[in-house]
Amino acid sequence: MARLTLDHVTKSFADFDAVKDVSIDVADGEFLAVLGPSGCGKTTLLRLVAGFEKVSAGEIRIGSDVVSNSGGSVAPEKRRVGIVFQNYALWPHMTVAENIGYSLKVAKLDKAVARRKVEDALALVNLQGLGDRRPANLSGGQRQRVALARCLVAAPSLVLFDEPLANLDVHLRASMEDEFAAFHKRSGTTIVYITHDQAEAMALADRIAVMDHGRLAQLATPRELYHEPANEMVASFISQGILLPADVLSAEEAGHCKVRVLETELVVRCRPGELPRAGAKICCRSADLEVSADSSGFDGLVKRVIYQGGAARIEFTPAAGPDLTLHFEQPDPVTLVSGAEARLRLKSGWLIPAAGPAS
Amino acid sequence: MPTRIRESRGQEMALTAAVAVVIVLLSLLPMLRLVKEIVAPGGTLSAIAIETGLRSPATWVATWHTLVVGIGGTLLAVLSGTLVAVLVSLTDIRGRSALVLCYVMPLMIAPQVTALAWLQLFGPASPFLKLFGAAPPLGTKNPLYSTSGIILLLGVQYGPLVFLLVRAGLRKLPRELVEAARAGGANWFTVLITIVLPLMTPSIMAASALAFVSCVGNFGIPAFLGIPANYLVLPTLIYQKLAGGGPAVLGETAFLSVLIGVIAMAGILAQEVMSRRRDYRISSTSLSAEPYELGRWRPVIQASLWLLILLVLVLPLFGLVLTSLVPGYGIALTAKTATLDNYRFVLFEHDAANRAFFNSFWLSIAAAFFAVIVAVPVGYLIAWGKQRWVRLLNLSVELPYALPGVVLAIASLLIFLRPIPFTGIQLYNTVWIILYAYLARFLVLALRPTISGYHQIDRALEEAAQVAGAGLFTRLRTIVFPLVAPAAIAGGLLIFMTALSELTVSALLWSSGSETIGVVMFSFEQGGDSNYAAAMSVITVAVTFVLMLVTNLLAPHLPSGVLPWRD
Ligand SMILES: Nc1ncnc2c1ncn2[C@@H]1O[C@H](COP(=O)(O)OP(=O)(O)O)[C@@H](O)[C@H]1O
Ligand SMILES: [Mg+2]
Repeated sequence: MARLTLDHVTKSFADFDAVKDVSIDVADGEFLAVLGPSGCGKTTLLRLVAGFEKVSAGEIRIGSDVVSNSGGSVAPEKRRVGIVFQNYALWPHMTVAENIGYSLKVAKLDKAVARRKVEDALALVNLQGLGDRRPANLSGGQRQRVALARCLVAAPSLVLFDEPLANLDVHLRASMEDEFAAFHKRSGTTIVYITHDQAEAMALADRIAVMDHGRLAQLATPRELYHEPANEMVASFISQGILLPADVLSAEEAGHCKVRVLETELVVRCRPGELPRAGAKICCRSADLEVSADSSGFDGLVKRVIYQGGAARIEFTPAAGPDLTLHFEQPDPVTLVSGAEARLRLKSGWLIPAAGPAS
Repeated sequence: MPTRIRESRGQEMALTAAVAVVIVLLSLLPMLRLVKEIVAPGGTLSAIAIETGLRSPATWVATWHTLVVGIGGTLLAVLSGTLVAVLVSLTDIRGRSALVLCYVMPLMIAPQVTALAWLQLFGPASPFLKLFGAAPPLGTKNPLYSTSGIILLLGVQYGPLVFLLVRAGLRKLPRELVEAARAGGANWFTVLITIVLPLMTPSIMAASALAFVSCVGNFGIPAFLGIPANYLVLPTLIYQKLAGGGPAVLGETAFLSVLIGVIAMAGILAQEVMSRRRDYRISSTSLSAEPYELGRWRPVIQASLWLLILLVLVLPLFGLVLTSLVPGYGIALTAKTATLDNYRFVLFEHDAANRAFFNSFWLSIAAAFFAVIVAVPVGYLIAWGKQRWVRLLNLSVELPYALPGVVLAIASLLIFLRPIPFTGIQLYNTVWIILYAYLARFLVLALRPTISGYHQIDRALEEAAQVAGAGLFTRLRTIVFPLVAPAAIAGGLLIFMTALSELTVSALLWSSGSETIGVVMFSFEQGGDSNYAAAMSVITVAVTFVLMLVTNLLAPHLPSGVLPWRD
């Protein structure tokens, strides 16, 4: 178990920065998810931590050891990290037991001890008795478990997962998710878990690092990410947040301030110390929108109604902002029809902090 | 300034250094030595070697002959290879794998064996023609002892080479391109002429260049067919000069061998230039086109293809077997005269032949074994390495094989004519100089399949071992080698088959005691003992066939394209 520190890490390929100035501190035993759209540099970040890539600038520490900086890089085989690869990377020419026992054999562990450890690892992932099989004869979920057992058997200080569930069907995903969570609880290992699936990240992680074009957009708990996104990218990326232009009218008071949005006034949550300013943005969730029952709110046009069983997803264009699209759910009975005029009301929102260093 | 981290790159450095040493010794050293001999014979810069070479009329005649048979053989090979590739790849012809196997077979047979087989088929002593009483009277000139004979056999030998490259190109042709043209109203033949063949230009060009280099550098065919007619090409001219003059004429032959190298390179450059003129890149990948239905033409075309196989493979081999069973020159083969004496003689009685079998077998095994061992780490650095200069290494390994064998043979002679400095070890006139040349020349045959093997392996398999704590050598031994072994070993078997009856290199490097099968076969034929030569050929062809069958067992574990005869 060890803490992992990334200190202003940058990785450039030729003139392209795949990871830009990322600083993350993962506490001992923490489960950190790294979340971001495809191509934002997640895998590169993981490969930097594992030591397959060398940093262009910055420093990486595992525990108290510096493992990467511009002065050099500790070889991956010396880092004591475990990786569960997206496609499992099981060695086809070895049995399940040989796969799992490989690191013990490399470390020249006593054969009997190694055998017992392999048995234990198999039991840990519920694969007792499958040690003699070849990886080719296992199902996807079983392979995933072998990969997990293989990385655990060496008792790594840090376990890295690279989209481990991306190749599994929806059904298996849920059960493997449970298993990862249980495993984390049991072992208390520090985990860095890469995914592009928000639900997965939210379900598993203590904290989530959202990445965008190689930069760290926000590092926070799942709850904070959802309710208090630090910037527009996080606001719109997490749960399809709705961004609306707004002017801040009053200074922050008890975590709230007054804004003008879509030509109506609204009290939204905000960071301490916010002052009146123009050209701000607020983030709303679809749950913050409802059909106005009285004269409050703003008018607009229902663009589309997509019935989804039990409720409909409504896409709405406010008259005050013809370029904007708001979406929310109206439960049965669905009264809105596409092309109709309607009046909506915002219940709440979050004032996105002025651009500056991410928290 | 950040603290320096203790990196453990020792194994990686050691591996890189070892690979660099091997490549320098096997590829760069011979090429540089040869160039030095040309521009600075005896150590001082001078143009004497070049001038002497250019002044000799024999040089010009042989160069002319080389160009004639090189271009003629290439044309024939490209025409026949492309035609067969189109028929086999784009139509609904039946028995495709068998056709491919049989058509590609001549490639696995040494050129001098091909030459011998055809000579036996058409000569006045031909046991085959005698079967029908159709043999010309003894003393008649064999029609193959001629320019057109050489061109014909070069075409037969290298048509399959063109076939393989063009077929690989055709397989990548996306069906949409063909279907779009069909939908535009073009019939199949128009599509072939206006779409398919133009798009195949890069493949056909590359195949032509390869066929040209092979034809120009070929020794076996012009040696068997040209020397008796006193029709010399550059490789045979070099052979005759060396055979007559020994080391004294080495400088002169060095010039000639560089001349071959230049002609070969000119062919490759011409291909580059032609291919660059237009954009032939095919961007999409998709299924290949539906085969064209030949309809009522199918039996005819199928029959003609099998007739072609009969002509280029079955009959010559049949003739070879017949000759090997005849007791002496010109005797007709009957149930009474048929004998295995020739086999007994070459296998058990003739000393040089005995030695040749022994030498060739262990030379081939050693070359194959070494190549497999070296190909795995070299392939690792080339396919997976991060250093850019390693890619240059790849080029330099290709060079000794891309250049005609004569070039490498002369370079080896130059290097080892004198004892190796500091050690006093003398390789000249021993079998070891042949081994050196084989290692240098054939390494690439194992390296190519190994690299394509690497490209098929998920790199994460190695990385998983790395995070498990395995150092580079451990990973190479326990993970990487088992995974690329089938490809590397298949490459090794190809080397064995090629080296077993190799003649071009050993003809220039052999000495008494270090004969190879090819050399003894050649001297039997030159001495008029075609029956013995035929017996030896049949034995090597049989060994080759058996090895092909054995290699086929590896096929399920190999990247496609490693075994040329597998469809
Ligand atoms: N070895 C490399 N050389 C050049 N570019 C690379 C390399 N590895 C990754 N990249 C680039 O870095 C960016 C981030 O890649 P990656 O980390 O794989 O993204 P993710 O895992 O988030 O999808 C991509 O644009 C990718 O093309
Ligand atoms: Mg990725």
